[in-house]
Amino acid sequence: MKPAPFDYARPASLDEAARLLAEAGGGASVIAGGQTLMPLLNLRMSQPFLLVDLGAIPELRAVERHTGGIRVGAMAVQNELLGHPLVRSDLPLLARALGHVGHHQTRSRGTIGGSIAFAEPAAECPAVALALDARVQLHSVRGMRQVAMADFLHGPYATACAFDEIVTALVFPDPPAGERVEVFFEVARRPGDFALTGLAGELHLDGGTIVAARLAWFAMGHTALRAREAEAALVGAALDEIEPEAIAALALAGTAPFDDKAASAAYRETVARRMFARTLRETCAGRAMA
Amino acid sequence: MSEHAISFTLNGHLHEGRAEARTSLADHLRQAAGHCGVHLGCEHGACGACTVMVDGKAVRACLMLAVQAQGCAVRTVEGLAASDGTLHRVQQVLREEHALQCGFCTPGIAMTLAALVEGETRPDAQALEQAIGGHLCRCTGYQGLRRAAHRLAGDAP
Ligand SMILES: Cc1cc2nc3c(=O)[nH]c(=O)nc-3n(C[C@@H](O)[C@H](O)[C@H](O)COP(=O)(O)OP(=O)(O)OC[C@H]3O[C@@H](n4cnc5c(N)ncnc54)[C@H](O)[C@@H]3O)c2cc1C
Ligand code: FES
Ligand code: FES
Repeated sequence: MKPAPFDYARPASLDEAARLLAEAGGGASVIAGGQTLMPLLNLRMSQPFLLVDLGAIPELRAVERHTGGIRVGAMAVQNELLGHPLVRSDLPLLARALGHVGHHQTRSRGTIGGSIAFAEPAAECPAVALALDARVQLHSVRGMRQVAMADFLHGPYATACAFDEIVTALVFPDPPAGERVEVFFEVARRPGDFALTGLAGELHLDGGTIVAARLAWFAMGHTALRAREAEAALVGAALDEIEPEAIAALALAGTAPFDDKAASAAYRETVARRMFARTLRETCAGRAMA
Repeated sequence: MSEHAISFTLNGHLHEGRAEARTSLADHLRQAAGHCGVHLGCEHGACGACTVMVDGKAVRACLMLAVQAQGCAVRTVEGLAASDGTLHRVQQVLREEHALQCGFCTPGIAMTLAALVEGETRPDAQALEQAIGGHLCRCTGYQGLRRAAHRLAGDAP
Protein backbone atom coordinates (compact mmCIF):
# COMPACT_ATOMS: atom_id res chain seq x y z
CA MET A 1 0.00 0.00 0.00
CA LYS A 2 1.98 2.98 -1.26
CA PRO A 3 0.87 6.48 -2.17
CA ALA A 4 1.00 7.55 -5.80
CA PRO A 5 4.11 9.66 -6.45
CA PHE A 6 4.13 13.32 -5.40
CA ASP A 7 6.52 16.17 -4.73
CA TYR A 8 7.04 17.48 -1.23
CA ALA A 9 7.71 21.03 -0.08
CA ARG A 10 8.21 22.36 3.41
CA PRO A 11 7.97 26.15 3.14
CA ALA A 12 9.28 28.26 6.01
CA SER A 13 6.68 31.01 5.66
CA LEU A 14 2.95 31.30 5.22
CA ASP A 15 3.34 33.45 2.10
CA GLU A 16 5.56 30.86 0.48
CA ALA A 17 3.04 28.12 1.33
CA ALA A 18 0.19 30.17 -0.15
CA ARG A 19 2.21 30.84 -3.30
CA LEU A 20 2.91 27.12 -3.78
CA LEU A 21 -0.79 26.29 -3.41
CA ALA A 22 -1.84 29.00 -5.86
CA GLU A 23 0.72 27.89 -8.45
CA ALA A 24 -0.40 24.27 -8.18
CA GLY A 25 -3.89 25.28 -9.26
CA GLY A 26 -5.69 22.65 -7.21
CA GLY A 27 -3.23 19.79 -7.69
CA ALA A 28 -1.60 20.27 -4.29
CA SER A 29 -2.65 19.24 -0.79
CA VAL A 30 -1.69 20.84 2.46
CA ILE A 31 -0.34 18.35 4.97
CA ALA A 32 -0.73 19.24 8.65
CA GLY A 33 -0.53 16.32 11.08
CA GLY A 34 -1.12 13.83 8.29
CA GLN A 35 -3.34 11.63 10.47
CA THR A 36 -6.17 11.81 7.97
CA LEU A 37 -4.30 12.67 4.79
CA MET A 38 -1.71 9.89 5.05
CA PRO A 39 -4.32 7.12 5.21
CA LEU A 40 -6.04 8.70 2.19
CA LEU A 41 -2.74 8.81 0.31
CA ASN A 42 -1.82 5.26 1.32
CA LEU A 43 -5.20 4.04 0.09
CA ARG A 44 -4.83 6.21 -3.05
CA MET A 45 -8.14 7.85 -2.32
CA SER A 46 -6.24 11.12 -2.69
CA GLN A 47 -3.56 11.68 -5.36
CA PRO A 48 -2.14 15.21 -5.22
CA PHE A 49 1.02 15.92 -7.20
CA LEU A 50 2.43 18.15 -4.46
CA LEU A 51 2.27 18.11 -0.66
CA VAL A 52 2.79 21.43 1.08
CA ASP A 53 3.86 20.68 4.65
CA LEU A 54 2.87 23.40 7.14
CA GLY A 55 5.16 21.97 9.84
CA ALA A 56 7.97 24.52 9.47
CA ILE A 57 5.87 27.66 10.00
CA PRO A 58 6.15 28.29 13.74
CA GLU A 59 3.54 31.07 13.98
CA LEU A 60 0.84 28.57 13.01
CA ARG A 61 1.32 26.73 16.30
CA ALA A 62 0.74 29.66 18.66
CA VAL A 63 -2.07 29.58 21.23
CA GLU A 64 -2.70 33.00 22.72
CA ARG A 65 -5.25 35.24 24.33
CA HIS A 66 -5.96 38.49 22.58
CA THR A 67 -8.69 41.08 22.87
CA GLY A 68 -12.06 39.45 22.60
CA GLY A 69 -10.98 35.85 22.60
CA ILE A 70 -8.44 33.09 22.26
CA ARG A 71 -6.64 32.40 19.03
CA VAL A 72 -5.58 28.81 18.47
CA GLY A 73 -3.11 28.31 15.63
CA ALA A 74 -4.15 25.73 13.05
CA MET A 75 -0.98 23.69 13.55
CA ALA A 76 -1.43 23.41 17.33
CA VAL A 77 -1.07 19.70 17.98
CA GLN A 78 -3.99 17.90 19.63
CA ASN A 79 -1.98 16.44 22.52
CA GLU A 80 -0.35 19.81 23.21
CA LEU A 81 -3.75 21.51 23.29
CA LEU A 82 -5.02 18.84 25.69
CA GLY A 83 -2.36 19.84 28.19
CA HIS A 84 -2.27 23.56 27.39
CA PRO A 85 -3.01 25.72 30.48
CA LEU A 86 -5.03 28.30 28.50
CA VAL A 87 -7.14 25.58 26.89
CA ARG A 88 -7.68 23.86 30.24
CA SER A 89 -8.76 27.09 31.93
CA ASP A 90 -10.63 28.93 29.17
CA LEU A 91 -11.66 26.30 26.62
CA PRO A 92 -12.51 23.32 28.83
CA LEU A 93 -15.01 22.03 26.27
CA LEU A 94 -12.23 21.77 23.68
CA ALA A 95 -10.01 19.91 26.13
CA ARG A 96 -12.85 17.54 26.93
CA ALA A 97 -13.55 16.84 23.26
CA LEU A 98 -9.91 16.42 22.26
CA GLY A 99 -9.63 13.46 24.60
CA HIS A 100 -11.97 11.65 22.19
CA VAL A 101 -10.09 12.51 18.99
CA GLY A 102 -8.36 9.33 17.83
CA HIS A 103 -5.68 7.81 20.02
CA HIS A 104 -2.80 9.19 22.06
CA GLN A 105 -0.47 8.23 19.20
CA THR A 106 -2.51 10.03 16.50
CA ARG A 107 -2.91 13.09 18.76
CA SER A 108 0.90 13.38 18.92
CA ARG A 109 0.80 14.69 15.34
CA GLY A 110 -2.83 15.50 14.51
CA THR A 111 -3.68 19.21 14.54
CA ILE A 112 -6.81 21.19 15.29
CA GLY A 113 -6.58 22.96 11.94
CA GLY A 114 -6.51 19.64 10.09
CA SER A 115 -9.56 18.48 11.94
CA ILE A 116 -11.48 21.66 11.09
CA ALA A 117 -10.31 21.74 7.46
CA PHE A 118 -11.22 18.10 6.85
CA ALA A 119 -14.79 18.61 8.15
CA GLU A 120 -15.52 14.98 8.93
CA PRO A 121 -19.20 14.95 10.05
CA ALA A 122 -18.40 12.70 13.04
CA ALA A 123 -15.40 14.73 14.21
CA GLU A 124 -15.49 16.43 17.59
CA CYS A 125 -13.50 19.63 16.92
CA PRO A 126 -15.77 21.13 14.25
CA ALA A 127 -18.73 20.69 16.63
CA VAL A 128 -16.86 22.38 19.48
CA ALA A 129 -15.88 25.26 17.22
CA LEU A 130 -19.46 25.58 15.94
CA ALA A 131 -20.94 25.52 19.45
CA LEU A 132 -18.48 28.13 20.71
CA ASP A 133 -19.09 30.47 17.73
CA ALA A 134 -15.47 30.25 16.60
CA ARG A 135 -14.23 32.04 13.52
CA VAL A 136 -11.87 30.43 11.03
CA GLN A 137 -8.97 32.50 9.71
CA LEU A 138 -7.92 31.75 6.14
CA HIS A 139 -4.86 32.90 4.24
CA SER A 140 -4.08 32.86 0.54
CA VAL A 141 -2.21 34.93 -2.05
CA ARG A 142 -5.32 37.14 -2.10
CA GLY A 143 -4.86 37.98 1.58
CA MET A 144 -6.50 37.08 4.84
CA ARG A 145 -10.17 36.56 5.61
CA GLN A 146 -12.31 35.26 8.43
CA VAL A 147 -15.33 33.02 8.17
CA ALA A 148 -17.73 32.17 10.98
CA MET A 149 -17.72 28.46 11.71
CA ALA A 150 -21.44 28.31 10.82
CA ASP A 151 -20.60 29.49 7.29
CA PHE A 152 -17.41 27.46 7.04
CA LEU A 153 -18.97 23.99 7.09
CA HIS A 154 -20.63 23.25 3.74
CA GLY A 155 -21.11 19.48 3.86
CA PRO A 156 -19.27 16.26 4.51
CA TYR A 157 -15.58 17.04 3.83
CA ALA A 158 -16.61 20.31 2.16
CA THR A 159 -15.84 23.75 3.57
CA ALA A 160 -15.46 27.40 2.61
CA CYS A 161 -11.68 26.87 2.37
CA ALA A 162 -10.73 27.29 -1.30
CA PHE A 163 -8.10 25.01 -2.85
CA ASP A 164 -5.45 27.69 -2.49
CA GLU A 165 -6.36 28.78 1.04
CA ILE A 166 -4.74 27.76 4.29
CA VAL A 167 -6.59 27.61 7.60
CA THR A 168 -4.28 29.58 9.87
CA ALA A 169 -6.21 29.74 13.13
CA LEU A 170 -9.44 29.38 15.00
CA VAL A 171 -10.59 32.32 17.07
CA PHE A 172 -12.81 31.48 20.03
CA PRO A 173 -14.63 34.62 21.22
CA ASP A 174 -15.03 35.28 24.93
CA PRO A 175 -17.98 33.30 26.29
CA PRO A 176 -21.28 34.98 27.19
CA ALA A 177 -21.53 36.28 30.75
CA GLY A 178 -22.49 33.87 33.49
CA GLU A 179 -21.07 30.78 35.06
CA ARG A 180 -20.42 28.14 32.44
CA VAL A 181 -21.23 24.47 32.50
CA GLU A 182 -20.07 22.01 29.87
CA VAL A 183 -22.50 19.68 28.19
CA PHE A 184 -20.75 16.83 26.41
CA PHE A 185 -21.29 13.25 25.48
CA GLU A 186 -19.97 10.90 22.86
CA VAL A 187 -21.04 7.38 22.01
CA ALA A 188 -18.46 5.28 20.17
CA ARG A 189 -17.82 1.56 19.99
CA ARG A 190 -14.35 1.92 21.49
CA PRO A 191 -12.38 4.92 22.68
CA GLY A 192 -10.56 6.35 19.67
CA ASP A 193 -13.25 5.33 17.18
CA PHE A 194 -15.26 7.96 15.40
CA ALA A 195 -18.47 8.87 17.20
CA LEU A 196 -21.77 7.18 16.42
CA THR A 197 -23.39 10.23 17.93
CA GLY A 198 -22.25 13.05 20.16
CA LEU A 199 -22.94 16.54 21.42
CA ALA A 200 -20.69 19.36 22.57
CA GLY A 201 -21.82 22.57 24.18
CA GLU A 202 -22.06 24.91 27.11
CA LEU A 203 -24.78 26.40 29.26
CA HIS A 204 -24.25 29.79 30.85
CA LEU A 205 -25.95 30.39 34.17
CA ASP A 206 -26.97 33.31 36.29
CA GLY A 207 -28.00 31.90 39.62
CA GLY A 208 -30.24 28.98 38.77
CA THR A 209 -31.31 30.38 35.41
CA ILE A 210 -29.87 29.62 31.99
CA VAL A 211 -28.92 32.85 30.23
CA ALA A 212 -27.25 31.33 27.17
CA ALA A 213 -27.05 27.89 25.61
CA ARG A 214 -24.75 26.79 22.78
CA LEU A 215 -25.06 23.18 21.67
CA ALA A 216 -23.75 21.36 18.59
CA TRP A 217 -24.20 17.78 17.42
CA PHE A 218 -21.60 15.69 15.66
CA ALA A 219 -22.24 12.53 13.61
CA MET A 220 -25.89 13.58 13.34
CA GLY A 221 -25.92 14.98 9.81
CA HIS A 222 -23.77 16.13 6.91
CA THR A 223 -21.88 18.57 9.12
CA ALA A 224 -21.73 19.46 12.78
CA LEU A 225 -25.14 21.01 13.58
CA ARG A 226 -26.32 23.59 16.12
CA ALA A 227 -29.38 22.54 18.13
CA ARG A 228 -30.97 25.98 17.81
CA GLU A 229 -34.51 25.07 18.89
CA ALA A 230 -33.28 23.39 22.04
CA GLU A 231 -31.02 26.35 22.77
CA ALA A 232 -33.95 28.76 22.45
CA ALA A 233 -36.08 26.66 24.78
CA LEU A 234 -33.33 26.50 27.39
CA VAL A 235 -32.64 30.23 27.56
CA GLY A 236 -34.57 31.79 30.41
CA ALA A 237 -35.41 28.43 32.00
CA ALA A 238 -34.60 27.65 35.61
CA LEU A 239 -32.41 24.61 36.09
CA ASP A 240 -34.89 22.82 38.32
CA GLU A 241 -37.80 23.13 35.90
CA ILE A 242 -36.19 21.79 32.73
CA GLU A 243 -37.82 18.79 31.09
CA PRO A 244 -34.92 16.94 29.51
CA GLU A 245 -37.06 14.71 27.25
CA ALA A 246 -38.89 17.67 25.76
CA ILE A 247 -35.65 19.54 25.13
CA ALA A 248 -34.13 16.39 23.58
CA ALA A 249 -37.00 16.21 21.10
CA LEU A 250 -36.35 19.84 20.12
CA ALA A 251 -32.63 19.17 19.87
CA LEU A 252 -33.20 16.41 17.35
CA ALA A 253 -35.19 18.71 15.06
CA GLY A 254 -33.00 19.51 12.10
CA THR A 255 -30.64 16.56 12.55
CA ALA A 256 -30.35 14.02 9.74
CA PRO A 257 -28.45 11.02 11.06
CA PHE A 258 -27.21 8.59 8.43
CA ASP A 259 -27.02 4.85 7.93
CA ASP A 260 -23.56 3.40 7.52
CA LYS A 261 -21.67 0.28 8.44
CA ALA A 262 -21.14 1.50 11.99
CA ALA A 263 -24.79 2.18 12.89
CA SER A 264 -28.24 2.75 11.43
CA ALA A 265 -29.84 6.17 11.41
CA ALA A 266 -32.57 4.89 13.73
CA TYR A 267 -30.00 3.65 16.23
CA ARG A 268 -28.16 6.96 16.18
CA GLU A 269 -31.37 8.86 16.74
CA THR A 270 -32.54 6.68 19.63
CA VAL A 271 -29.19 6.80 21.38
CA ALA A 272 -28.81 10.53 20.74
CA ARG A 273 -32.24 11.25 22.23
CA ARG A 274 -31.61 9.21 25.38
CA MET A 275 -28.06 10.44 25.85
CA PHE A 276 -29.09 14.05 25.35
CA ALA A 277 -31.84 13.80 27.96
CA ARG A 278 -29.62 11.96 30.42
CA THR A 279 -26.72 14.36 29.99
CA LEU A 280 -28.94 17.40 30.39
CA ARG A 281 -30.63 15.92 33.47
CA GLU A 282 -27.31 15.11 35.11
CA THR A 283 -25.81 18.47 34.20
CA CYS A 284 -28.77 20.37 35.65
CA ALA A 285 -28.97 18.20 38.76
CA GLY A 286 -25.23 18.62 39.36
CA ARG A 287 -25.57 22.41 39.08
CA ALA A 288 -28.76 22.76 41.10
CA MET A 289 -27.05 21.01 44.01
CA ALA A 290 -23.79 22.98 43.73
CA MET B 1 8.31 13.03 -7.86
CA SER B 2 10.83 14.65 -5.55
CA GLU B 3 13.60 12.76 -3.80
CA HIS B 4 15.18 14.13 -0.65
CA ALA B 5 18.39 13.77 1.29
CA ILE B 6 17.47 13.17 4.91
CA SER B 7 19.33 12.93 8.15
CA PHE B 8 18.06 12.25 11.64
CA THR B 9 19.28 10.49 14.73
CA LEU B 10 18.14 6.90 14.90
CA ASN B 11 18.48 5.31 18.32
CA GLY B 12 21.16 7.84 19.17
CA HIS B 13 23.23 7.44 15.99
CA LEU B 14 23.25 9.74 12.99
CA HIS B 15 21.29 8.24 10.10
CA GLU B 16 21.72 9.68 6.64
CA GLY B 17 19.93 8.56 3.52
CA ARG B 18 17.69 9.47 0.65
CA ALA B 19 13.96 9.00 0.33
CA GLU B 20 11.29 9.54 -2.27
CA ALA B 21 8.76 12.04 -0.99
CA ARG B 22 6.08 9.37 -0.76
CA THR B 23 8.12 6.93 1.35
CA SER B 24 6.67 6.55 4.81
CA LEU B 25 8.93 6.74 7.84
CA ALA B 26 7.98 3.12 8.57
CA ASP B 27 9.14 1.89 5.17
CA HIS B 28 12.30 3.94 5.36
CA LEU B 29 13.16 2.57 8.80
CA ARG B 30 12.57 -0.99 7.64
CA GLN B 31 14.07 -0.87 4.18
CA ALA B 32 16.78 1.80 4.22
CA ALA B 33 17.80 1.50 7.88
CA GLY B 34 17.11 -2.20 8.36
CA HIS B 35 15.10 -1.67 11.53
CA CYS B 36 12.52 -4.39 10.99
CA GLY B 37 11.21 -4.14 14.53
CA VAL B 38 8.96 -1.46 13.03
CA HIS B 39 6.03 -3.65 12.02
CA LEU B 40 3.37 -2.76 9.50
CA GLY B 41 -0.15 -4.00 9.96
CA CYS B 42 -2.78 -1.71 8.50
CA GLU B 43 -0.79 1.20 7.06
CA HIS B 44 -3.58 3.61 7.87
CA GLY B 45 -3.13 4.41 11.52
CA ALA B 46 -5.53 1.94 13.10
CA CYS B 47 -3.46 -0.95 14.46
CA GLY B 48 -0.48 0.69 16.16
CA ALA B 49 2.09 -1.92 15.09
CA CYS B 50 4.33 0.71 13.47
CA THR B 51 4.47 3.03 16.49
CA VAL B 52 7.90 4.60 17.06
CA MET B 53 9.14 7.57 19.06
CA VAL B 54 9.83 10.85 17.30
CA ASP B 55 11.29 13.57 19.52
CA GLY B 56 10.13 11.62 22.55
CA LYS B 57 6.53 11.20 21.42
CA ALA B 58 4.78 8.01 20.33
CA VAL B 59 3.69 8.38 16.70
CA ARG B 60 2.46 6.17 13.88
CA ALA B 61 5.40 5.63 11.52
CA CYS B 62 2.96 4.70 8.72
CA LEU B 63 1.33 8.16 8.97
CA MET B 64 4.52 10.15 8.70
CA LEU B 65 6.77 10.64 5.69
CA ALA B 66 10.45 9.82 5.96
CA VAL B 67 11.27 13.39 4.82
CA GLN B 68 9.30 14.72 7.76
CA ALA B 69 11.76 13.08 10.15
CA GLN B 70 14.51 15.43 8.93
CA GLY B 71 16.41 16.68 11.99
CA CYS B 72 14.33 14.65 14.46
CA ALA B 73 15.33 12.10 17.08
CA VAL B 74 13.77 8.78 16.09
CA ARG B 75 13.71 5.79 18.39
CA THR B 76 12.59 2.28 17.52
CA VAL B 77 12.30 -0.89 19.56
CA GLU B 78 15.87 -1.73 18.52
CA GLY B 79 16.97 1.22 20.65
CA LEU B 80 15.13 0.32 23.85
CA ALA B 81 17.45 -2.22 25.46
CA ALA B 82 20.86 -1.11 26.72
CA SER B 83 23.89 -1.94 24.58
CA ASP B 84 24.79 -4.82 26.91
CA GLY B 85 21.38 -6.36 26.26
CA THR B 86 19.72 -5.34 29.52
CA LEU B 87 16.06 -4.89 28.75
CA HIS B 88 14.31 -1.54 29.14
CA ARG B 89 11.95 -1.56 32.11
CA VAL B 90 8.99 -1.57 29.72
CA GLN B 91 10.32 -4.65 27.92
CA GLN B 92 11.08 -6.40 31.21
CA VAL B 93 7.60 -5.78 32.56
CA LEU B 94 5.92 -6.85 29.30
CA ARG B 95 7.92 -10.06 29.48
CA GLU B 96 7.19 -10.77 33.13
CA GLU B 97 3.47 -10.16 32.72
CA HIS B 98 3.19 -12.41 29.64
CA ALA B 99 1.97 -9.37 27.75
CA LEU B 100 3.00 -10.81 24.39
CA GLN B 101 2.56 -14.00 22.45
CA CYS B 102 3.39 -13.80 18.75
CA GLY B 103 5.04 -10.44 19.29
CA PHE B 104 3.72 -8.72 16.20
CA CYS B 105 2.10 -5.85 18.08
CA THR B 106 4.75 -5.72 20.80
CA PRO B 107 7.31 -3.26 19.41
CA GLY B 108 4.60 -0.65 18.88
CA ILE B 109 3.16 -1.14 22.33
CA ALA B 110 6.62 -1.01 23.89
CA MET B 111 7.31 2.32 22.17
CA THR B 112 4.01 3.83 23.31
CA LEU B 113 4.64 2.77 26.90
CA ALA B 114 8.27 3.89 26.81
CA ALA B 115 7.32 7.32 25.45
CA LEU B 116 4.82 7.78 28.26
CA VAL B 117 6.91 6.49 31.17
CA GLU B 118 9.91 8.52 30.02
CA GLY B 119 7.80 11.65 29.44
CA GLU B 120 7.57 14.73 31.61
CA THR B 121 4.32 13.95 33.36
CA ARG B 122 4.29 10.65 35.19
CA PRO B 123 1.30 8.83 33.70
CA ASP B 124 -1.16 6.98 35.89
CA ALA B 125 -2.43 3.49 35.13
CA GLN B 126 -5.52 4.85 33.43
CA ALA B 127 -3.48 6.98 31.03
CA LEU B 128 -1.28 3.99 30.16
CA GLU B 129 -4.29 1.73 29.65
CA GLN B 130 -5.94 4.31 27.42
CA ALA B 131 -2.79 4.66 25.35
CA ILE B 132 -2.68 0.87 24.88
CA GLY B 133 -6.17 1.34 23.45
CA GLY B 134 -4.35 2.73 20.41
CA HIS B 135 -2.98 -0.75 19.64
CA LEU B 136 -4.56 -3.94 18.41
CA CYS B 137 -3.30 -7.25 19.74
CA ARG B 138 -4.74 -10.47 18.32
CA CYS B 139 -3.13 -12.76 20.90
CA THR B 140 -2.92 -11.69 24.51
CA GLY B 141 -6.51 -10.82 25.35
CA TYR B 142 -5.05 -7.57 26.76
CA GLN B 143 -5.04 -8.68 30.42
CA GLY B 144 -1.27 -9.08 30.50
CA LEU B 145 -0.95 -5.69 28.86
CA ARG B 146 -3.20 -4.16 31.49
CA ARG B 147 -1.15 -5.70 34.29
CA ALA B 148 1.99 -4.32 32.67
CA ALA B 149 0.40 -0.86 32.46
CA HIS B 150 -0.49 -0.94 36.15
CA ARG B 151 3.00 -1.99 37.13
CA LEU B 152 4.61 0.66 34.98
CA ALA B 153 2.42 3.30 36.60
CA GLY B 154 3.72 2.14 39.96
CA ASP B 155 0.37 0.82 41.16
CA ALA B 156 1.53 -2.75 41.59
CA PRO B 157 4.90 -4.37 42.33
C1 LIG C 1 -6.96 5.59 13.87
C2 LIG C 1 -7.48 7.01 13.75
C3 LIG C 1 -8.57 7.39 14.50
C4 LIG C 1 -9.08 8.69 14.39
N1 LIG C 1 -10.15 9.04 15.15
C5 LIG C 1 -10.64 10.31 15.08
C6 LIG C 1 -11.75 10.72 15.87
O1 LIG C 1 -12.30 9.95 16.65
N2 LIG C 1 -12.19 12.01 15.74
C7 LIG C 1 -11.58 12.90 14.88
O2 LIG C 1 -12.01 14.04 14.81
N3 LIG C 1 -10.53 12.55 14.14
C8 LIG C 1 -10.05 11.28 14.22
N4 LIG C 1 -8.98 10.92 13.42
C9 LIG C 1 -8.40 11.93 12.52
C10 LIG C 1 -7.50 12.87 13.30
O3 LIG C 1 -6.51 12.10 13.92
C11 LIG C 1 -6.78 13.90 12.41
O4 LIG C 1 -5.77 14.47 13.20
C12 LIG C 1 -7.59 15.04 11.90
O5 LIG C 1 -8.78 14.59 11.31
C13 LIG C 1 -6.86 15.80 10.80
O6 LIG C 1 -5.82 16.54 11.32
P1 LIG C 1 -4.36 16.45 10.74
O7 LIG C 1 -3.59 17.55 11.34
O8 LIG C 1 -3.84 15.09 10.96
O9 LIG C 1 -4.61 16.79 9.20
P2 LIG C 1 -4.06 16.18 7.83
O10 LIG C 1 -4.30 14.72 7.79
O11 LIG C 1 -2.70 16.66 7.59
O12 LIG C 1 -5.04 16.91 6.82
C14 LIG C 1 -6.42 16.57 6.72
C15 LIG C 1 -7.06 17.34 5.56
O13 LIG C 1 -7.18 18.72 5.88
C16 LIG C 1 -6.40 19.53 5.01
N5 LIG C 1 -5.72 20.50 5.88
C17 LIG C 1 -5.04 20.21 7.01
N6 LIG C 1 -4.62 21.34 7.61
C18 LIG C 1 -5.04 22.36 6.83
C19 LIG C 1 -4.91 23.78 6.93
N7 LIG C 1 -4.28 24.36 7.96
N8 LIG C 1 -5.45 24.53 5.95
C20 LIG C 1 -6.11 23.95 4.92
N9 LIG C 1 -6.27 22.63 4.78
C21 LIG C 1 -5.74 21.83 5.72
C22 LIG C 1 -5.46 18.58 4.30
O14 LIG C 1 -5.13 19.04 3.03
C23 LIG C 1 -6.27 17.30 4.27
O15 LIG C 1 -7.17 17.32 3.22
C24 LIG C 1 -8.46 9.62 13.51
C25 LIG C 1 -7.34 9.23 12.77
C26 LIG C 1 -6.84 7.93 12.88
C27 LIG C 1 -5.65 7.55 12.07
S1 FES D 1 0.67 0.01 10.39
FE1 FES D 1 0.71 1.98 11.25
S2 FES D 1 -0.98 1.96 12.57
FE2 FES D 1 -1.18 0.06 11.53
S1 FES E 1 1.15 -10.61 20.72
FE1 FES E 1 0.37 -11.30 18.84
S2 FES E 1 -0.66 -9.53 18.13
FE2 FES E 1 -0.13 -8.98 20.10
